[in-house]
Amino acid sequence: MKSEKPFSDDAVQIEQNCGGLSRRAILLTVGGVAALAAAPTAQSISERPPTASTGRVRLVVNGKPHELDLDPRRSLLDVLRETLDLTGTKKGCNQGACGACTVLLNDRRVVSCLTLAAMHDGAQIRTIEGLEANGELHPLQTAFVEHDGLQCGFCTPGQIMSGIGCIAEGHAGTPDEIRFWMSGNICRCGAYPGIVAAVADAAKRA
Amino acid sequence: MTTNVIGKPLPRVDGRAKVTGVARYAADFNQPGQACAVIVGATVGLGRVTGIDTGPVEKMPGVIAVITHRNAPRLPYAPHKSYIDPATGERLHVLQDDHVRFYGQPVAVVVADTIEQAERGAAALHISYTPERPIIDPADAQALPVVPEAGKQPDARLPADTARGSADSALADAPMRVDEIYEIARENHNPMEPHATVAAWNGNRLTLWSKSQFVVNEQAEVAAVFGLPSENVQVICPFIGGAFGTTLRTWPHVTLAAMAARQVARPVKLVLTRKQMFFMTGHRPRTLQRMALGATVDGKLTCIVHEGTGETSRYEEFMEALTSVTTFLYSTPNVRTRYRLLPLDIGTPNHMRGPGEASGVFALECAVDELSYKLGMDPIDLRRRNEPAIDEGENRPFSSRSLMKCYDLAAERFGWSRRSPEPRSMRDGRLLVGMGVASASYPAFHAPASARARLLADGTAEVEVAASDMGPGTYTSMTQVAAETLGLPVERVCFSLGRSDYPPAPSHGGSWTMASVGSAVRAACLAVQKEAGKHPQSGRPIEAIASSQRDPDAAARFSMHAFGAVFAEVAVDPDVGTIRLRRAVGAYGIGRVVNPRLARSQCIGGMVGGMGMALMERTVLDSRDGRPVNAHMADYLLPVNLDIPQLEAHFVEELDPHVNALGVKGLGEIALVGMAPAIANAIFHATGKRVRASPIRIEDVLTV
Repeated sequence: MKSEKPFSDDAVQIEQNCGGLSRRAILLTVGGVAALAAAPTAQSISERPPTASTGRVRLVVNGKPHELDLDPRRSLLDVLRETLDLTGTKKGCNQGACGACTVLLNDRRVVSCLTLAAMHDGAQIRTIEGLEANGELHPLQTAFVEHDGLQCGFCTPGQIMSGIGCIAEGHAGTPDEIRFWMSGNICRCGAYPGIVAAVADAAKRA
Repeated sequence: MTTNVIGKPLPRVDGRAKVTGVARYAADFNQPGQACAVIVGATVGLGRVTGIDTGPVEKMPGVIAVITHRNAPRLPYAPHKSYIDPATGERLHVLQDDHVRFYGQPVAVVVADTIEQAERGAAALHISYTPERPIIDPADAQALPVVPEAGKQPDARLPADTARGSADSALADAPMRVDEIYEIARENHNPMEPHATVAAWNGNRLTLWSKSQFVVNEQAEVAAVFGLPSENVQVICPFIGGAFGTTLRTWPHVTLAAMAARQVARPVKLVLTRKQMFFMTGHRPRTLQRMALGATVDGKLTCIVHEGTGETSRYEEFMEALTSVTTFLYSTPNVRTRYRLLPLDIGTPNHMRGPGEASGVFALECAVDELSYKLGMDPIDLRRRNEPAIDEGENRPFSSRSLMKCYDLAAERFGWSRRSPEPRSMRDGRLLVGMGVASASYPAFHAPASARARLLADGTAEVEVAASDMGPGTYTSMTQVAAETLGLPVERVCFSLGRSDYPPAPSHGGSWTMASVGSAVRAACLAVQKEAGKHPQSGRPIEAIASSQRDPDAAARFSMHAFGAVFAEVAVDPDVGTIRLRRAVGAYGIGRVVNPRLARSQCIGGMVGGMGMALMERTVLDSRDGRPVNAHMADYLLPVNLDIPQLEAHFVEELDPHVNALGVKGLGEIALVGMAPAIANAIFHATGKRVRASPIRIEDVLTV
């Protein structure tokens, strides 16, 4: 076995630094993580002592503080979906390749399947459930409906969170720029033209 | 019928639910006390399980049960087949014996309190096998094609062999010939939503919150597997995160979720991993096709020979409409088609958007394009010259056919007249530019369906059908049909679907939901109005159930299909071989368009799927064990936002009074069919290089 730690320090550092902005950086990180996770043989895993310990993690999700006892292996995505029952954020691939689980972590977009909640004690998380204000949709939510930037709707929460990040980063100046900076979010129904139109429209209003 | 609401480009009625995260998909139905199940798949491609060391895993924290063929209950597996299941063969009986039939076949399930514990247990489970060598590659000398059992009768829906005239002798005599082999790669549906089932037992009653395009069949299938009365099983699926055919059937993981929930006496959530979706839930089968065309020197087709072979599993014969379109797309006296299956050591394939047609039309439309260059004739002119007056395969008229109108409209929007015909003759700086066209076709199916309509005292209406909405907009279009029929504003109609205890609907596939469910909704609304006339001002809800099916007389008289024309422009970098789709225009004759906004989205989505088929999608199997080597959404290439340029979808006016009372043909499949050959033909025009295998990759054009 290569290491007793689930992650190399480098991998953690890269992931913390990239904050989800670079899909390539994330994929590189995940490549390392996946390799480590898959490396031990079945027997070597079962011979290890059980790791049932939990850790205390504080997260502020959509403005609401939570103090949670978490399995250190639990991804931010599974904390949202399984611990907090915030199922608006979707698990599409659990491999960091589809973008369906995109949330804002301290205002930066990340794929929440690839980051462990335990790494983000004290973080501010914003999910699709936290966008409406006083019963009013966020302008990007409205734009997605108006431009029909969705079909099945499964990638939509991730697309919208990513779109908010894209606009905030100043990457929504032209349709081509939006296409590039929204390419980490796959839409298998092929609603891309509507997604680009929605992000462009909301960027103008922002 | 007056049209106040039908035909309006309304935004989706479920749009708000989808943009706020409120829409709940199968895995979102967390139940109190729920445990998590993770499937362990075989790591050999063929053989027998010889040992499973469950002891260490059973002792792991949180693990509740490890279920294998040794301790799993023997399930009744009563016979059950719907039209969506292969007609020949028997479905996989999961955890009932030690046989491994394909790589990744479920051999165990680990159930634990949390997902992390279940995943860790699954990773730690040690299983030993006696492996055998699986036959994976269609080119393997030991892979022998068979005549599909269900295609042997001449009146079969998908006949193995058809013939009119003497195609082979006509081919031998033809002054102009194209005779080539085309290969379509194995593709996976890869919907964004993974297959998921949450199962909960209450005594001998079972509730499944489960991803399904056919909830009433999932109910019947699971009831048959467990030996329960059908009414004891309830399937709930209000939203589907894309499917494209992969959840038409009920796959073994649904059985495993229910089995696990019964074993641990708790609700159980089971979600497939993305990797498992590459071998456990069907795929577009790899196909090999010979397409031969004979023609006169002035471009009149004298014959077509189409021989296609599709892969299937050893235990079921999956059939698709590979050669169907060939029999009616063109006018020619001599046609012979032949369809064979190649059983391999793989999981059973299944329908993927445009099943059969997408692959068959690729071969036909690339071959017609090849012929046009041999003749020195514009490819649209060639098609016009061979446009049939009737369906010559069935020798009866089309209910409507607007193919040439589609060409006229799309050619104008695309600017086809600006194309110079010679290959490699158009450039944009260093880039080679090419323009290509292809026809698209898909049957206008219509299956029996039923619906319930209820008028409430407050002036609103409720309509319920056990239908599905995987993204085309069933909620919205059915609301429009109901509102129009009842004469109510759409805000006063609440349409519900996705429950197996609603009036039954056919599978949500085959582009027949609008025709079938739409007609049933209309019938139920008419029935409830009639009922209301009998009880004016009763103050109580008034309800009616009605069903509908295609007029058998019309079905006997007419051949019913949708048609379309697709134009694509590509740019190819002559130095590094990169291929970019620059734009595409599709025009479709699909009868009446119920909601142009949503129909346009659906068409564009289909074009994106066709682009993936042409340039990206291919599941590669390791020939040693059948393991998919690119079972990851970053390695199985899919179109992303940057890959998709401006796409246009147009609809020609088409009134078809024969298909159904609504005059709709459906468009889910035809939107994909035609795109891949249009792109392949554009690549030939750009480069002068004919690539006859999908996907067309950099290395295929590098030597231009």
